[in-house]
Amino acid sequence: MAKKAYFSDTEDANLLYYEEFRDKKTEEPEVVPSPEKDKFEIIGKSTPRIDGKKIVTGRAPYTHDVKLRGMLYGKILRSPHACAEVISMDLSPAQSLPGVKAAIQLKKGRAKYAGEQVAAVAAVDERTAEQALKLIKVEYKSLPFAVTEEKAMKEGAPQVHDRPNVQPLYDKYTRGDIEKGFKEADLVLEHTYKTAVEIHHPAETHGSVAKWEGERLTVWDSTQAIFNVRDGLARVLKIPASRIKVIKQYMGGGFGSKLGVNDYTVAAAMLAKRANKPVKIILSRKENSLCVGNRPSSMQTIKGGVKKDGTLTALYLKNYTSGGIGTGDYCAEPIIDVYKCPNVKVEEYSVFTNTGASRPTRAPGHVQGTFALEGFLEELANKINLDPLELRKKNYSTKNVGDTEIPYSSKGLDKCYQIGADKIGWKRRNKEPGEGKGKVRRGLGMASQIWWGVGRAGTLADIKLHPDGSVEAICGTQDIGCGTRTYMATVTAETLGLKAKDITVKIGSTEYPWCGSSGGSTTTPSVAPAIRDAALKAADYLKKMAAEKLEIKADDISIGDRKFSNKNNPAQSIGYKKLLDELRKERRLRREKVFHGEYIGRPSGFAYNTFGAHFAEVEVDTETGQVKVLKVVGVHEIGRLINKITAESQIIGGITQGVSTALFEERVMDDTTGNVTNPNLRDYKIATSLDNPEIIPLIVDMVDPRINILGAKGVGEPPRIPPAGAIGNAVYNAIGVHVREIPMTPDKILRALKRKEVG
Amino acid sequence: MEKAKKRKRKTFTRRDFLKGFGGGALSATVAPRLLAQDIDSLRTKKGNIPLYSKKQISLTVNEKKFSLVVEPRETLLHVLRERLNLTGTKMTCARGECGACTVLLDGNPVYSCLYLAVRADGKKITTVEGLETKEKLHPVQQAFIEKDGYQCGFCTPGFIISSVAFLNKNKNPNLEETKNALSGNLCRCGNYSKIYEAVTAASKNMRRS
Repeated sequence: MAKKAYFSDTEDANLLYYEEFRDKKTEEPEVVPSPEKDKFEIIGKSTPRIDGKKIVTGRAPYTHDVKLRGMLYGKILRSPHACAEVISMDLSPAQSLPGVKAAIQLKKGRAKYAGEQVAAVAAVDERTAEQALKLIKVEYKSLPFAVTEEKAMKEGAPQVHDRPNVQPLYDKYTRGDIEKGFKEADLVLEHTYKTAVEIHHPAETHGSVAKWEGERLTVWDSTQAIFNVRDGLARVLKIPASRIKVIKQYMGGGFGSKLGVNDYTVAAAMLAKRANKPVKIILSRKENSLCVGNRPSSMQTIKGGVKKDGTLTALYLKNYTSGGIGTGDYCAEPIIDVYKCPNVKVEEYSVFTNTGASRPTRAPGHVQGTFALEGFLEELANKINLDPLELRKKNYSTKNVGDTEIPYSSKGLDKCYQIGADKIGWKRRNKEPGEGKGKVRRGLGMASQIWWGVGRAGTLADIKLHPDGSVEAICGTQDIGCGTRTYMATVTAETLGLKAKDITVKIGSTEYPWCGSSGGSTTTPSVAPAIRDAALKAADYLKKMAAEKLEIKADDISIGDRKFSNKNNPAQSIGYKKLLDELRKERRLRREKVFHGEYIGRPSGFAYNTFGAHFAEVEVDTETGQVKVLKVVGVHEIGRLINKITAESQIIGGITQGVSTALFEERVMDDTTGNVTNPNLRDYKIATSLDNPEIIPLIVDMVDPRINILGAKGVGEPPRIPPAGAIGNAVYNAIGVHVREIPMTPDKILRALKRKEVG
Repeated sequence: MEKAKKRKRKTFTRRDFLKGFGGGALSATVAPRLLAQDIDSLRTKKGNIPLYSKKQISLTVNEKKFSLVVEPRETLLHVLRERLNLTGTKMTCARGECGACTVLLDGNPVYSCLYLAVRADGKKITTVEGLETKEKLHPVQQAFIEKDGYQCGFCTPGFIISSVAFLNKNKNPNLEETKNALSGNLCRCGNYSKIYEAVTAASKNMRRS
């Protein structure tokens, strides 16, 4: 794990992410869990967040809010050039500014994008630090650059790295015989789909606070992965991981951009060391647009064949994807895995440009890949006069056709289709796309989704039982807005027969048991089973004790409602509090007792994935090109539901962000200066309250029979995947012409309508 | 470096805004009295850096009186977060685009990142920390918990303040009115639907009590 932990402004976060999540091997557990029979009281219901009061009163401590005695404020000087050689640097004018306590050079040689860090200062306040930055003298030699894919792909374009700008992305994928597939088809289509570069823009901008006490370093970091930050810092600063503590209590969003240790965190630690005082570095909104990641663009050409009855015979994808100086996104997973097409071929290329490096962005690759694939299927279906939903059902697969040919452990996509189609009123769709009359036209569209979202074997958690009866649930995980604390409390309470509010939850520090990053929709299926495992051990201990008191067998004890009862005679019971009191008085439970839990992995021989389908209804103004999303029904199969209310929030949030992707979000580069032209929240458009459609989040009632002891999968990324495809298809259904490019801004809609007129 | 400076001028930063504010809107009335007097400067190798004279202001924040000396450039947000340690009010864009820094100023919602502290002199300010009365949450706060009207929680204080201001004016809003009223606040996690549910629930509870 540690070797994958570090990424920086210039290192390849995306590549590391794929290495981790595409690794389908898992450790084989000795005992295969069978969670299907479990009946729960609290799990699966809605429990409001146990830390809600802290959030709504403004008392939840975020990294932005950390203030330490004597703390200095750090600022980073960034290269204004898209490509330049740092020839020389003079820090002394900055160092001599009163109030400046440390200044360091961070870059020698080539700075490869506008926004790459070159120096840093720490001063008594932010303003002094900003002034100091202006005093640093840097001599640059500016070099030719390419900030757009078009330019970077041209022959003779300035080379971003020391190899050609266009590089093959991962291995090429082939199954069957693509040419044979085209020959067998009754209809072959070829279209190109484009998706824009998106910026994560979490509400809380990136930032860290570093403090040294002798050889020990404490870092407060706005991160999705405290252990990655710890291990990354250990590697870069060359100090043992045991001397570093990383804390993250609350974080204002990350969406994949906060999965490793950042360059500014390292800079904060270096400045703090030099100044011998704590240093806080908080990035600005502008910096967030430049140097802490983005979702790579894609230009996907799909050529595919279908028989008259809707059977897919061939799908061929060629993709050029650009993640700036980092790697592009692997967009092929949906085309490879969702449908059982026998002949599939994929070629993907990464295009380097002189822009900030990509980072995983909530469902990397799948958002782009799904938009293209689902749009393509829609056009195929309409050309052969088949209901698009029927085409998808026709090519339904029950096993992992893309890779291993092994069956899915659980797959509820068929149920998602059924529930979603009913809910949206699928029959209302235009049979002929664009058949509606008038200026404003309505349409319906849908899209399917696949994602991994399974847990990380080796996740640890503790349950600590105190002699006074109080209980702690402890795990070195982090809450990135999904309600981790709350489900840790509900799983513990469920297992021990208590209430969620009885449990004290501790997370967000590397001093707690190990847990991986909160990325890849892995947190719930890692942490919840580990907590359940520990709590079951605690429950066993308590049952044994209660059984002695009641003079029955431990197997006959049932737990619930804060008491232990005889299954065969419910009147015979002992209260939780009474049991603990007695144990304490008898000096049998004299000090805290810790029970260790672990998520041990899942059996091989099955493929583990999450599935979903979204159905969207839109309204398109054919005069202005304005698209209004009216309604989105999002149905998901995520194994066992752990907490209904927070899972719904994940789906709602994924859909809102998906609407944003479909209609608004695009980072715009200026080819002449090499800079981002919209590095703020006014010019970089995101969906607001007024763009929000009616959203109906639904979860299929299913339990994965073997993935973990709860049968639960993740839900973070799945709802982010299909909205853009579903909305694109709904627009097609409304106006009768497919807009093959997102964001679907009014100009693109009008151009598409023009295309239709021309024919 | 020369190029770097030029580029910086092209973009519109918060600093530029404040400069513009000082030189434009305030220049006619406030500036001669406020900014022109006692201009001090800081001598550096690079040249003199002007330091504007500070001003004493008094604020009533969450019903507590504060008297403090601020620089004319300081925003209300800065004073709340950095001087009074009221970190419930968040900064996410620093240029009036997101609403995370919304506070009540004499009962009206304002973006504290765009509001100079000197302008708030003598005014009554309520932040998210001041909504609770006697350990009892404001109905809006309670509803945000019950309806899960948040995810990461970073934009939540701003949303809650905007909602309180809105519900004080409109006791029984419909969905369209709520959407409009909250359109000055951004939730990047995208949990608007649940936020509306919270506002609706809160309005019901507020009418009942």
